Amino acid sequence: MTRISAAFLFALLLLGPVPATAAALAIGYLELTDDPRYDDKWAYAGLLLAPGGRPFEGAEAGLAEAKINGGMVGLDFTLERAEAADAGGMLAALDRLQREKNIHLFLLDAPDDLVAKLGAATRGKDVLLFNISASGNELRNKECQPQLLHVVPSLAMQTDAMAQYLVARKWREILVLQGPLPADAELVGAFERSARRFGLKITDNRKFVVGNDPRNRDQNNLALLTTGVDYDVVYVADTDGEFGRYIPYATQKPRPVVGTAGLAAVGWDWSWERYGAPQLTRRFFRQAKRQMQTADWAAWAAVRIIGDAAVATRSTDLATLAAYIKSDKLAFDGSKGVPLNFRPWDNQLRQPILLATSNWVVERAPLPGFLHASNNLDTLGYDKPESACHF
Amino acid sequence: MQRTTTATILLGLAAAAACLTGLAPAPAAAKGTGVLFVSNEKSNTLTVLDPKTYAVTATIKTAKRPRGMQFNADKTLLYIACGDSDRIDIVDVASQKVVDKIADVPDPEAFVISPDDKRMFVSNEDAAELSVLDIASKKRIGGIKTGLEPEGVAFSADGKKVYVTAEASNTVHVIDAATLKLEANIIVGTRPRRFAMTPDGKEIWVSTELAAAISIIDAASNKAIGTVTFEFKGLRKEDISPVGLAMTRDGKTVFVTLGRANHLAVVDVASRKAEDYILVGKRPWGVALSRDEKRLFVTNGASDDVTVIDTESRKVIKSVPVGRYPYGIAIDD
Repeated sequence: MTRISAAFLFALLLLGPVPATAAALAIGYLELTDDPRYDDKWAYAGLLLAPGGRPFEGAEAGLAEAKINGGMVGLDFTLERAEAADAGGMLAALDRLQREKNIHLFLLDAPDDLVAKLGAATRGKDVLLFNISASGNELRNKECQPQLLHVVPSLAMQTDAMAQYLVARKWREILVLQGPLPADAELVGAFERSARRFGLKITDNRKFVVGNDPRNRDQNNLALLTTGVDYDVVYVADTDGEFGRYIPYATQKPRPVVGTAGLAAVGWDWSWERYGAPQLTRRFFRQAKRQMQTADWAAWAAVRIIGDAAVATRSTDLATLAAYIKSDKLAFDGSKGVPLNFRPWDNQLRQPILLATSNWVVERAPLPGFLHASNNLDTLGYDKPESACHF
Repeated sequence: MQRTTTATILLGLAAAAACLTGLAPAPAAAKGTGVLFVSNEKSNTLTVLDPKTYAVTATIKTAKRPRGMQFNADKTLLYIACGDSDRIDIVDVASQKVVDKIADVPDPEAFVISPDDKRMFVSNEDAAELSVLDIASKKRIGGIKTGLEPEGVAFSADGKKVYVTAEASNTVHVIDAATLKLEANIIVGTRPRRFAMTPDGKEIWVSTELAAAISIIDAASNKAIGTVTFEFKGLRKEDISPVGLAMTRDGKTVFVTLGRANHLAVVDVASRKAEDYILVGKRPWGVALSRDEKRLFVTNGASDDVTVIDTESRKVIKSVPVGRYPYGIAIDD
């Protein structure tokens, strides 16, 4: 890796205008072929259920910005995209990019199990991995790795944010409606932890199935699913998204719906309009022709964090960059209003979580009054004493 | 760093002379009424306040998202950057009406008018550019690429340089006002916003919002030479987000709005220490001193009001409701 002399860069800095020769830092981007999370067969009769896309466009937006910022001190950045059909293929792609292109920094866009495998397989190697789309709690606990950073918020951060909001509204009695997928169970597990943590009462957990079979109406009929129990709010865990969208305005009692339908706890939303967010949202939209989602934000943030670290340290050396990125010197501006850095105990990026409807951010967590001994952002997700991560 | 050659200075002078001959008819003489104009980012208006009672006397409709404001030299006209309408509206101060505009200015947020009233340097937030407009012809005469989200713009004390912050690039750009050449990029703390210049021309003070500090730049070397931090009982660093700056004419005191901290800091320039904090409204950003420096006005974006402070006693004397998301304040005094 090239290490650039600080004196040389300082001279460039004083000269101001963009220097002629720039040192390029290549960043790898690994993704899964046919990743089911981006499968637009979810659309029924040509109607798209979810407006997202691959977060590579977020990384590209971050790259464009990193190039502008790096250009001022004689640094340049490139992105090398590679895809594979499974963990083995992704690992081979990582090895190839490292060998052939001297790449040590990688964004990972893959589901939890693959990120866990890649993390385990690269332990001890000269790499730094940025998880941009897998939010499982285990990745930050038992499956944590010292070389694996999590830019995307964990499920626990999202459910803690929601729990804070429900507590703040005094909507303390919750009816959970849970879908049939393992991911739905995982989300409910995260929400149950948050409910215990913040003092919410889950009055019932009812499993739903999608269907019209009258013999199975206890599980597919919303009127029956939402009656005969007290609740202030319905928490929906439907990671598939099909059933969840039927629930708002269709509960037997007039109650708000939150979770994967209705009010959502997200890392990013296009309607977030404070702290420079509209400028970022517009830059992304111009490039991607769609609205920025949480994984897009995480991909953007990962590239920007690498870029900011290279500018701050005037270095492209992995050890130098990794030390800076993992330290409290990092004060990343993610357009969420506070400087962001990584938790040393599990490598999770501290960040506010947005509570968003379809067109408005109702609140930003941590909410006022939820205090922490050292950093209020650590009221979201696994705090140091709770963490099962041992690097 | 001074790289301007004699030739470019002469060119600049020639250009200035050429502009003089094309000057528009002089507007009516200034009154120095003390009337206050507040730009309301979300209601697309200016609120006009009475100079003595601070009562709302008029509301002027502007183009969309009015933010940065500045008077011309004799304070007969007030220019307002209207970001979402891509234009600069021009208000006649005497009649309190929008009488003209400069169109096709992409997403202007803030700007500064040259001391000779000829040119306007505009930060185009979304376009990452500092554009230069000729005020008489209302035409763009140049542009300088900046870092991301340029915001605060200011002249050096001698008027020879223009400084602009790039919020999302953590930089301050130094531009030669005559040649429009970029002279230096200075890396400062996270999210640099606005400026105050010491009257001796030696120091440039820049608020760095997410670093919860002010960076002090040495004008001669373009180096960051110091910082001012804020310590406030019951608040952490991340709760303090400095944005607006107003320096007294003697260069001894700077008033700093602290955003999320809902306070205004009073900073002693010589010791670079905050010596007092004054509770204002929610998310204070804009700050302006009256000409006699007896009053200080703060716009509170998230509580839709303006706080009036007596500078001698450092006490709030009034809080005035204005439009939605008040951004800046300009005083006709």
